[in-house]
Amino acid sequence: MTDSKILNIPQQGDLGVDLLQSRVPDGPLADKWTNHKNNIRLVNPANKRLIDVIVVGTGLAGSSAAASLAEMGYNVHAFCFQDSPRRAHSIAAQGGINAAKNYQNDGDSVYRLFYDTVKGGDYRSREANVHRLAEVSRSIIDQCVAQGVPFAREYGGLLDNRSFGGVQVSRTFYAKGQTGQQLLLGAYSALSRQISKGKVKMYNRHEMMEIVVVDGKARGIIAKNLVTGEVERHSAHAVVLASGGYGNVFFLSTNAMGSNVSAAWKAHKKGAYMANPCFTQIHPTCIPVSGHYQSKLTLMSESLRNDGRIWVPAKSEDAEAVRKGTLKPVDIAEEDRDYYLERRYPAFGNLVPRDVASRAAKERCDEGYGVNETGEAVYLDYASAFERYGKTEANVLGLENPSDEKIRELGKAVVKAKYGNLFDMYRQITDDNPYETPMKIYPAVHYTMGGLWVDYNLMTTVPGLYAAGEANFSDHGANRLGASALMQGLADGYFVLPYTIGDYLADDIRTGPIPNDSPEFMKAEAEVKDVLERLINNKGSLPVDDFHRRLGRIMWENCGMARNGQDLSKAIEEISALRKEFYENVRVPGTLDGYNPELDKAARVADLLELGELMCKDALVREESCGGHFREEHQTEEGEALRRDEEFTFVSAWEYKGEPKDAVLHREELEYENIELKQRSYK
Amino acid sequence: MDLTLKVWRQDGPTEKGRLDTHQLSGVTGDMSFLEMMDVLNDNIIREGGDPVVFDHDCREGICGMCSMFINGQAHGPGRGVTTCQLHMRSFKDGDTITIEPWRATAFPVVKDLTVDRGAFDRVIQAGGYVSVNTSGETLDANTIPIAKADADEAFNAATCIGCGACVATCKNASAMLFVSAKVSQFALLPQGQPERKRRVTRMVDQMDKEGFGNCTNTGACSVECPKGIDLTNIARMNRDYLNASIKGE
Repeated sequence: MTDSKILNIPQQGDLGVDLLQSRVPDGPLADKWTNHKNNIRLVNPANKRLIDVIVVGTGLAGSSAAASLAEMGYNVHAFCFQDSPRRAHSIAAQGGINAAKNYQNDGDSVYRLFYDTVKGGDYRSREANVHRLAEVSRSIIDQCVAQGVPFAREYGGLLDNRSFGGVQVSRTFYAKGQTGQQLLLGAYSALSRQISKGKVKMYNRHEMMEIVVVDGKARGIIAKNLVTGEVERHSAHAVVLASGGYGNVFFLSTNAMGSNVSAAWKAHKKGAYMANPCFTQIHPTCIPVSGHYQSKLTLMSESLRNDGRIWVPAKSEDAEAVRKGTLKPVDIAEEDRDYYLERRYPAFGNLVPRDVASRAAKERCDEGYGVNETGEAVYLDYASAFERYGKTEANVLGLENPSDEKIRELGKAVVKAKYGNLFDMYRQITDDNPYETPMKIYPAVHYTMGGLWVDYNLMTTVPGLYAAGEANFSDHGANRLGASALMQGLADGYFVLPYTIGDYLADDIRTGPIPNDSPEFMKAEAEVKDVLERLINNKGSLPVDDFHRRLGRIMWENCGMARNGQDLSKAIEEISALRKEFYENVRVPGTLDGYNPELDKAARVADLLELGELMCKDALVREESCGGHFREEHQTEEGEALRRDEEFTFVSAWEYKGEPKDAVLHREELEYENIELKQRSYK
Repeated sequence: MDLTLKVWRQDGPTEKGRLDTHQLSGVTGDMSFLEMMDVLNDNIIREGGDPVVFDHDCREGICGMCSMFINGQAHGPGRGVTTCQLHMRSFKDGDTITIEPWRATAFPVVKDLTVDRGAFDRVIQAGGYVSVNTSGETLDANTIPIAKADADEAFNAATCIGCGACVATCKNASAMLFVSAKVSQFALLPQGQPERKRRVTRMVDQMDKEGFGNCTNTGACSVECPKGIDLTNIARMNRDYLNASIKGE
């Protein structure tokens, strides 16, 4: 009997089925977006001045959307919780941004980028959306260069590209290891220009607390001024959520400390469906957890796997000794090492996709072969790369019979030139010298493919409420390819949403300003104040982080790299109990007035405590393995992920019904007309 | 390790501040400075007190939010790191650590260790952009080749994270390093040329309006800058500003 039957989970909701209309335009795939743009309604410039739009979040999607909408003539009200829009977490993206420019003349095309993205997502994304993403990718690079974004260039003065994430072309544009920073500062510049013109009113250090729905349409938000503590009512004709992902539900992740799900979750509770919430990307090469008080995890670029070899001791007594500090990794003989990726996946070796590499590391550590104090780390070893590069270099220099030491020295210099900044970062954090001893790495939560369900126009199931960037579920299916997050954020914000939103706002040219003192606004404001008062007046004894950390542990153990029905069912109960305990025993210091980050954190963790439960339920219902979602019950004899296309080629869209675990499932069936579904293999 | 912390506490911009002393034990070298602050706050909350308010977000040295003046140095000891990248192994058992906010007229204290850096945003709004609409209908990205050396130098200037360590470090609380980094990024690229004079004039005027001090070529800003933004950017900005003042926008 399957777990879904035990829990009596309905496979299709009986209400609101009509809301799930993808509104994908008719016609051939390659013409859909052009035709759609030609046919949707426009709002004339004079009328745009009569329309207000709220944008929540100022990362790549939010900043670019706010700037573009303001340029077009709308009155934009933009909100961010940081002290400046420039600090949104898009800034931390390292690697690059994909675009189908084919500057390298390696056969790249819009179709190939589309195909790679759908395949990389393990066939769980919507064809038409992904094709549009690939189409507009080219404009993004043009636009950013025109804004003065300093991408890396070749000596000839033209743009440089790098390869990424196992695709067969070189289409990633980059600015050293700071591509996200440079793109965000470009969007921030465009936003700043509009702020100076008065077309964007910017609200820094403001948190969205609630969506206000009037007559079935999103008409504004309740926001909290984080500095004064004041709860404010903001009205508009439409609301755009570009509030990012929810990886922080795991407590430890590569997300920023402030990243949260609250804006999206409030929307969910007001009628927006949450799509594929269990699809989480766990990145294999992060610096491991060092202790209980660890607050976040740091990513080491995926590029390190090109030259490094991943291993653990083959004997458990060696692993034990390494953990105790009585044995050094460099003293373990070659035959006593288990290069487990090379052993299991001879064809791809250390270069298997992110999800496969992550699961394999977990499997070894679960078996007791982990190599740090917590038992959750594996080695990433550059010794053989030093030797390989050193020998080549010695040949180039014409050295006869160089000593082993000389070869290693030459090799280290080559590695330093390629990866020096990453090695420095590793040393800074761990105090270990990676040129002398293997690095320790472990997988960490990095990105969430799931998010608010949106149609082709990026509108949620609440009319007038849009979601862009990581906050929506749109383009990455069950697994995101490297360098595609930046592409999607800017595509949504610069080139998709500003057009599609006009189709909705065309009805609002005679509406006039939306009053912010209607009963709906007053009620929403009162509810927000109630929630905050309940938190601050709670007479508990434990800090918010205590609950957040425990939630993270439940999620990581049961809804992380490998999941099974039994654990997920148990996790749902545990999260439910933890949420109850949170409201009984949390202590929030300070007062409602003034700047109180602990109160703001408590409100965010309260929402994560609900989201986690829905994620586990979604993972429980999806009885197949696909992309980042691995169900132990559904694997091949060799232990590889097993997709079940017959039963599960659909998007899970959840409708809120009180408790998160009571959510009702709606299915958007995915139809593949242009791509044949195939099982991935890396043997 | 056991530490004595002297932490600046201030309820608001116009309130009087004070240094509070806390004893903290059980700190390990692998903790980042901010994780040490987390432990302090965790203890304070469990004892029923009010935790120390400080700005932080990405905790990997790129968002520019963290901003502590530690033992008289912006982002503490060590070069090329933000407060979040500083680890406790830089300190030893029994140390006394003094933690203060950025201090500058243009950066009023919001609460405790948090300051208002809105002045930086307003300087950028005054002209720190290229006036191009986001239609995507611009030139193909490879139409104008840019010499690699210029592109690299523009990139180096553009890596400024806007944390304000330069202002906090400068004896005059000057923002010249921050402003000149943005001016330089665009001055070095062809896309920045049409507005070059107008940009530098407006950004410098706004900088002065915000109450930042002047540059006296001490160079401490560049030494303490977590991203190593070069002092030559200030020279470039001065040259451009002079040029614009003489020849007009």
